[in-house]
Amino acid sequence: MNWYVVTENLGQYAAGARLTLLLTVVSLLLAFCLAVPLAFARNSADRRISGAVQVYTTLFRGTPLLVQLFLIYFGLAQFGWLRASILWPWLSSPLVCAILTFVLNSGAYTTEIFAGGLRAIPKGEVEAARACGFSPLQAARRILIPAMLTRALPLYGNEVIMMLHATSLASTVTLLEVTGVARNLTLNYYIQLEPYAAAALIYLGLTAVLVGGFQILEARHARYLRLRR
Amino acid sequence: MTEKLRAEGIRKSYGTHEVLRGVSLTAGAGDVISLIGSSGSGKSTLLRCLNLLERPDAGRILLEGEALALARQRDGRLGAADPKQLRRMRARLSMVFQDFCLWSHMTILHNLTEAPRQVLGKSRAEAEDLARRTLAKVGLPETVLNRHPGQLSGGQQQRVAIARALCMEPEVMLFDEPTSALDPERVAEVLKVMQALAEEGRTMIVVTHEMGFARHASTRVVFLEEGRIGAEGPPEDIFTRTENPRLQRFLAGRLQP
Repeated sequence: MNWYVVTENLGQYAAGARLTLLLTVVSLLLAFCLAVPLAFARNSADRRISGAVQVYTTLFRGTPLLVQLFLIYFGLAQFGWLRASILWPWLSSPLVCAILTFVLNSGAYTTEIFAGGLRAIPKGEVEAARACGFSPLQAARRILIPAMLTRALPLYGNEVIMMLHATSLASTVTLLEVTGVARNLTLNYYIQLEPYAAAALIYLGLTAVLVGGFQILEARHARYLRLRR
Repeated sequence: MTEKLRAEGIRKSYGTHEVLRGVSLTAGAGDVISLIGSSGSGKSTLLRCLNLLERPDAGRILLEGEALALARQRDGRLGAADPKQLRRMRARLSMVFQDFCLWSHMTILHNLTEAPRQVLGKSRAEAEDLARRTLAKVGLPETVLNRHPGQLSGGQQQRVAIARALCMEPEVMLFDEPTSALDPERVAEVLKVMQALAEEGRTMIVVTHEMGFARHASTRVVFLEEGRIGAEGPPEDIFTRTENPRLQRFLAGRLQP
């Protein structure tokens, strides 16, 4: 075994882990902010609104993330007017393209998860809020969103872990996150197993932290769903 | 007697089926009105029209003389012309539902303080103090405050729901079959609380199948049949002196209280 390849490059792995975390956290935060309003729109009584959201979620859940990333990073460059626009400095950056793709993709999955959580709230609880004189915004903020998030917690936890793992695709657009670092090492040292094994261990460690975090969240906020006298 | 809530000529149909065919109802201060009738007679629909959880096709609703501004909507039903006025009126008409409808993600304490804080703008201390006093009134110990609705029995949940309604310090309380979802042995504990509220002079409109409550706790009984008021009057008249054959048949089908 040639673990020295890993131990001599721990600094690179640390930088890679930082970038992996940055990609994961920023993408998830933005996707969350996108998904909360879209989940309400997805359940809108107006068929045009719910239909439009469904088209979005179907597009992004129906195509591979890698293809989406290539379309955005390589594909957009084909449009001359886009290259000439003020957006280009951002859209030509692999980091921005990766985050944009992850946000749109994770946003689509999260929208459907949250919309399902909303549908699972008993109608009577919403009615009780209306009968008390809540405004739609108050009902959303105090009743619907907390009930939706707690009900969606197990599925959303999975989505968060999937997102962490999906950031490895960013290595295909030159980003040196954990997988990118590992790939570089394999190319420099002509050794395949150890660099990728080290990357896998890092992902495993980060996943364990996330799983633990979600278990705490569920114990604290979603326990009411399993309560029986 | 001062008038609290008045509904005039409430009509509502689903498709070609007319559920309410022009029902008028007035509740004065301290009135306890029991709405009785067989299922499908429109009792619950009428009650739910009073706070516009159901939108009627025609009619007027007045709370202490203030008419709720209604406007015809695209689907032909009447909706609130001014959502703020509706919310203000709903805050003064609190409702107790058949299946409790407590907010299951919140503790009992938060179920009781949420609406007073959000809707009435009470401070946390004020709302919590009110919650504790109200909880005692419905006969529950303070130990339930930190529990979730799912940890309580049906009867306890319904008493919390009554407490939640009371915490809004309402002008009129609406009860939609409050004991129908309960185990038989839990019905009495809820009826006892409701009876106590009736005795302290609260204005209540109660849709119920509990003839004992209708007869002994209410000041007036309204018998609905096929979307119209078939008979109404003091409980003694309704239960012992009625000549309405449909009401006689309805009462004969139940145990005499």
